[in-house]
Amino acid sequence: MIAHIFEDRCTACQACVSACPTHVLDAGPDGAPRIARLDQCQTCFLCELHCEADAIYVGPDQRQPEAISPEAILASGHLGRLRHDHGWDREPEPGSTGHLHDFWQLGPLLREGAEIAARRYSERQASDRA
Amino acid sequence: MTEEGIDLQADVLIIGGGMAACWAAIAAAQAGADVLLVDKGFVGTSGVTATGGPNHWWVAPEPGKREAAVEERHARSFGLAERHWMARIIEESWIALPTLARYYPFGGDGRGGTFYPGVRGPEYMRALRRYATDAGVRILDHHPALELLVHDDGSVAGAAGHGRLTGQSWRARAGAVIMATGGCAFRSGLIGSHGNTGDGLLMAAEAGAALSGMEFSVSYSLSPAWNSTRTLPYFAARFFDQDGRELDIPPPIGGEGAHLRALASAMLAGPVIADLSDAPDGLKPILRRIQPASPTPFERRGLDIFRDRFEIKLFGEGTVRGTGGLQVVDAHCQTSLSGLYAAGDSATRELVAGATSGGGAQNAAWALTSGRIAGAAAAARAKRDGRRLGAAARAVGQAGLRPAASPRPVDLKAVLPVVQHATIGYDDALWRSAPKLARARDALDGAWRLLADHDQGVGLDRGGLREHAAMIAAARWVTAAAHRRDESRGMHMRADRPATDAALASRLLTGGTDKVWTRFETPALQEAAA
Ligand SMILES: Cc1cc2nc3c(=O)[nH]c(=O)nc-3n(C[C@H](O)[C@H](O)[C@H](O)COP(=O)(O)OP(=O)(O)OC[C@H]3O[C@@H](n4cnc5c(N)ncnc54)[C@H](O)[C@@H]3O)c2cc1C
Ligand code: SF4
Ligand code: SF4
Repeated sequence: MIAHIFEDRCTACQACVSACPTHVLDAGPDGAPRIARLDQCQTCFLCELHCEADAIYVGPDQRQPEAISPEAILASGHLGRLRHDHGWDREPEPGSTGHLHDFWQLGPLLREGAEIAARRYSERQASDRA
Repeated sequence: MTEEGIDLQADVLIIGGGMAACWAAIAAAQAGADVLLVDKGFVGTSGVTATGGPNHWWVAPEPGKREAAVEERHARSFGLAERHWMARIIEESWIALPTLARYYPFGGDGRGGTFYPGVRGPEYMRALRRYATDAGVRILDHHPALELLVHDDGSVAGAAGHGRLTGQSWRARAGAVIMATGGCAFRSGLIGSHGNTGDGLLMAAEAGAALSGMEFSVSYSLSPAWNSTRTLPYFAARFFDQDGRELDIPPPIGGEGAHLRALASAMLAGPVIADLSDAPDGLKPILRRIQPASPTPFERRGLDIFRDRFEIKLFGEGTVRGTGGLQVVDAHCQTSLSGLYAAGDSATRELVAGATSGGGAQNAAWALTSGRIAGAAAAARAKRDGRRLGAAARAVGQAGLRPAASPRPVDLKAVLPVVQHATIGYDDALWRSAPKLARARDALDGAWRLLADHDQGVGLDRGGLREHAAMIAAARWVTAAAHRRDESRGMHMRADRPATDAALASRLLTGGTDKVWTRFETPALQEAAA
């Protein structure tokens, strides 16, 4: 669930207020938005992706809020990581076909995973019978 | 409605803001219509498209190839899909996806070409938003629809709802309306599905629309117990009980029912732990590059996804990766209501996937295709008949808006467990039986009566109330259809009727709010059963 908005980084653009699909945030009158309906947070990380100032941190547990200090968030290095990985604000790596260079591998890797599971299962069945 | 509201009008009104809604809006605007799109959330982040990464059914138009793909998939549809619809979604996806290149950063296909079929959710929805805006579509974010407006002749005239950020009610009249509100995941916590509560199914059913295939709603996503993610990393997983004994779980592809039932049985007995160390070596270094959000919940808990073991859960997908939804009655994606079209997961996907899940290829291709077809048809209707602003239009929402008896507050927290038990509870859903379904029906009828008779929302509260009403209604249709279909077929698994009955190879319709009905689509079957 959304855990913290860093007011010192926030530019009060309110982009996250509209980007949050489940209406968790309320616009701050002249500052950072307010977490108003935490129970509606679906832990989708999309507010982080839409915050150009990297001012939002979403905790990993969608069942309940977790206590984490701003210092610990900053020390973790996770702030802004997701936005960086999506590449929304940076040039793609030189020589690549863009930020989605590896995306085509999703299907083949998924099938390979399923084949590994199928092979392992039939080997186990065979050894059980032996 | 008491508070001050705004009046809107358009040629075509689209309700929803996922991929189906956007493709519909673009098609309608390109056909020359003035298009208004209202979404519950934000077009770009709301709905399961945004957090997903839909792969569209993709087959090149080479001799025999598409026919073979259709045959292969049709054979797994348990007799309920239509070959011409399947061929149509392959063709439409092939044509439409490349048109997104101005807005979506397609990458390579590893062989020097462009990779079109699979797209990453946040980028896909960002692209569709820009494409729609450039096409002239007016988008109203955070404007959930609460109910439909209907003409005296029964045709659909528009919708009414609430602006969550503005606090204003709205009422929109249009020459045609497209329902694209997605599926219903019954608040299971499934990634991206918080707003997917089946609102469109309820709104349409209140106006008299029929649904189809609601019994095909038994589908789950495996994820860590604390966060529903995409499932790519888990396909090669090994599973253990809490004492570290390895569990014998059939593989995830080719027998989904057996895989899910084995995992669910183990979970009913105690915690189940996953170990991903067997994942393909090629996946480990690039998971983050494919799906940045998949490793995130692990890293933020200090776990190494491919080394550390963790507890898992099955998140119910309901009709999202099930196939049930509004009945489609013609080649233009019209519902059984004149003037109301359906697109994406709010429509039945039996036409392209039958009794098995279309998630993985068909559902996205269907959402794109049904959106485009509905958009064009709605624009043509609006052009032909106009907006009919002179005709009276009545708001037809009931439960949560206009209680049947004296208003008093209802405890919504008590309602959800009843709904979830019946629809996504492992035992009730994966081992359906007549006695369990009868019990679920009675409990759900009670919940419905309580809400429909007494609850009345004001302002912002109306949204949450209608979501709960919609989930109860969807659960009642699921239960009624599962009860009526006295056999097992595809993802509809009846423990008391394990065999498939060749005589029941017909789609099953359901609907009604105060009184739920069911009816086989094939008339002969209907008479035989009566
Ligand atoms: C994890 C996951 C992975 C998937 N992967 C694949 C895949 O690889 N291939 C495939 O074919 N399919 C896949 N699917 C299925 C596919 O994503 C869906 O079929 C498709 O995204 C549906 O699009 P949609 O627009 O109908 O619904 P959604 O994207 O869910 O959009 C529904 C919209 O309706 C809006 N809404 C709801 N209620 C209201 C209301 N009352 N008023 C106004 N708006 C409302 C919501 O805000 C939302 O914007 C996957 C699904 C999941 C969950
Ligand atoms: S998007 Fe970021 S910078 Fe803008 S208001 Fe939200 S937290 Fe502040
Ligand atoms: S994580 Fe998702 S639901 Fe939660 S506040 Fe951010 S955008 Fe909203």
